[in-house]
Amino acid sequence: MKPESIYFFGTCLIDLIYPKAGVSAVQLLQREGVKVIYPQAQTCCGQPAWNSGYRNEARKVARAQIQLFPKNIPIVIPSGSCAGMMKTHYPELFKGEPDEADALKVANRVYELTEFLVDVLKVQLQDLGQAVEVAVHTSCSARREMGVADKIEQLLGQLSNVDVKEQAYKAECCGFGGTFAVKQPEISAAMVTDKTQHIRATGAAQLVSQDCGCLMNISGAFAYQAEHEGKSAPKAQHIAEFLWERTHG
Amino acid sequence: MAKPTEFRVDVEKALGKTEIRAHFRKAMDTLMINRRNQFPDDAALQALRTQAQAIRANALSKLPELLQQLETNLIKNGVQVHWAETTDEANQIVLGIMQKHNAKSIIKGKSMVSEEMGLNHFLEERGIEALESDLGEFIIQLDGETPSHIIMPAIHKSKEQISALFHEKFPDIPYTDNVDELTASARRILRDKFYAAPVGLSGVNFAVAETGTLCLVENEGNGRMSTTIPPVHIAVTGIEKVVEKLSDIPSLLSILPRSATGQPITTYFNMISGPRKPDEKDGPTEVHLVLLDNGRSRIYSDPELLATLRCIRCGACINHCPVYVRIGGHSYGTVYPGPIGTILEPQKSGLSVHGELIQASSLCGACGEVCPVRIPIPNIINRLRYDSVRKDTENTPTQEAGTRRKSLEAATWKAWSWAASTPSVYNFGSKTATQLRGLVPNNLGAWTSVRSAPKLAEQTLHQQLKTLGVDHE
Repeated sequence: MKPESIYFFGTCLIDLIYPKAGVSAVQLLQREGVKVIYPQAQTCCGQPAWNSGYRNEARKVARAQIQLFPKNIPIVIPSGSCAGMMKTHYPELFKGEPDEADALKVANRVYELTEFLVDVLKVQLQDLGQAVEVAVHTSCSARREMGVADKIEQLLGQLSNVDVKEQAYKAECCGFGGTFAVKQPEISAAMVTDKTQHIRATGAAQLVSQDCGCLMNISGAFAYQAEHEGKSAPKAQHIAEFLWERTHG
Repeated sequence: MAKPTEFRVDVEKALGKTEIRAHFRKAMDTLMINRRNQFPDDAALQALRTQAQAIRANALSKLPELLQQLETNLIKNGVQVHWAETTDEANQIVLGIMQKHNAKSIIKGKSMVSEEMGLNHFLEERGIEALESDLGEFIIQLDGETPSHIIMPAIHKSKEQISALFHEKFPDIPYTDNVDELTASARRILRDKFYAAPVGLSGVNFAVAETGTLCLVENEGNGRMSTTIPPVHIAVTGIEKVVEKLSDIPSLLSILPRSATGQPITTYFNMISGPRKPDEKDGPTEVHLVLLDNGRSRIYSDPELLATLRCIRCGACINHCPVYVRIGGHSYGTVYPGPIGTILEPQKSGLSVHGELIQASSLCGACGEVCPVRIPIPNIINRLRYDSVRKDTENTPTQEAGTRRKSLEAATWKAWSWAASTPSVYNFGSKTATQLRGLVPNNLGAWTSVRSAPKLAEQTLHQQLKTLGVDHE
């Protein structure tokens, strides 16, 4: 059943670097007749500290978030990894804590954006854009933690002028991994370099993903290669931004 | 930014070898495709994984009792059982058996536990020849190397390298790069050794407590020969390899080779249930089992880390790892490479020795997705990262917990957690950052070695949604 209202958790990366993705996601949700509530006190899900082993610090930040969603309505997140953090890791992070029940209440209501658009809202999109070839990068957390790997393709499948091109090693990690990119820069660089090659080889003019971490990594490599190696740089966009641009009249 | 460590230096060296990298990619691609072809029905695969996980988890849930039962039944079968807490103890036990028989050589089937023990080196220092009979192990032993993969130890070597190596070590054999001819040569060389060796050694894939049976999975028949031709057979294994019942074996045997090499079943499956009986014409007259702990009891004591011991050593996590495929097995500097090594090695030897490995993961989850016994490898990596910087080190069995806590990093996370849990501070900070966006340097260290620096937005999402009038409660 379609909910009347939802909470939107925008993620810190979108807040600071890709706000257009967040705005587009809100517009897509509103267009479906859903009231979007964006708690202004939200910051970050706590994932960077969690993945670095700083659990107390992660919990402190997570604790500030779980208080922001008191109503029993879905929490929609335009990121597989932040959604995965709240849905699968909050229960671990708060295990045995006095507010464990509150954390579970949040975890159980979390949806990744494309999952919510497809499975809950059952959106019907009408393509208003020019013909374009698009490659899709599904983040590892969307694929494996959230189990929503096919949702972007399902959404793009509704767009008559969009042709999805499949890159080699599609399911392989782009090499971002949060602090991994900084702690093991050589391996991360090798991974993202391969990823850009595979995407470029499809000839797609555009790359979409549901995670801004991967986008920052891949598009950063595209931009670098364009500047230093004269290679083409496919346009990289969050799926929400891409969908909104192509479907709003 | 992290300073280059020994691990990172090795990684960089490995990444520079483009030919070997391409070789690894091809080899891992084949293994991944083979595995996928073995499991066309995902529901059936998931059901089998659930079964295999349950069998291994059940065995671990009563590990002490099952080990006792295993020992009792092995002894009943005529097998001599030895317990080793450390690898040194295990080596001494093997040496003792060798000395008792005045044996100067040992022929080995493939055994990762013997690699863990450093057995070859240990014996050679004492004048005993240890010869590997698994083809891959034989090849790397010729070249003085260690395995780069737990299932395919010589996977890092090309056909050409192996041809050249054979020609160098066996000048009497004409040079060839024909794989069948190379294999035939190795077979001829080894055959004589099997007949001459006074002692044979093997690993164990599953040890059945109920019957006192040692199961050995292999493809070349060298395992069978190592365990049947020499008059003495020594099996070495970790204490976690025990399973409760004989009826547990079919599920495990069904999922192991399919996950490992993508074979429906291996060419050989041996069930060793004791030495030659009086009315039997072949088989060893003495069978020994060395059960090695080497940190496993410590892992066992923690309910979360315990899952590490479910491993059946198929290597699927390695084959599917985007890090392993790029750096190869030797870069890890450990006996067990790849994701399983990443969680096992720091737990075995402590976080100060191999603690950096837990950073060599993007937590992509490919390993956990294919693990036949569903070890949550990314979760255990995360847990070990916690162990490596935690302050309440008495609450974890992990050795050298907390030793990787650096005061600057800890202070940074502390400051971050204060800012990100205080909305006014976070909002002030993020707004200020976007206003000063022009000041973000183009050089962000490691990040910008292959990427352009990200640009902060002109206005945060908080600001934009406020302007758009989106409700905030």
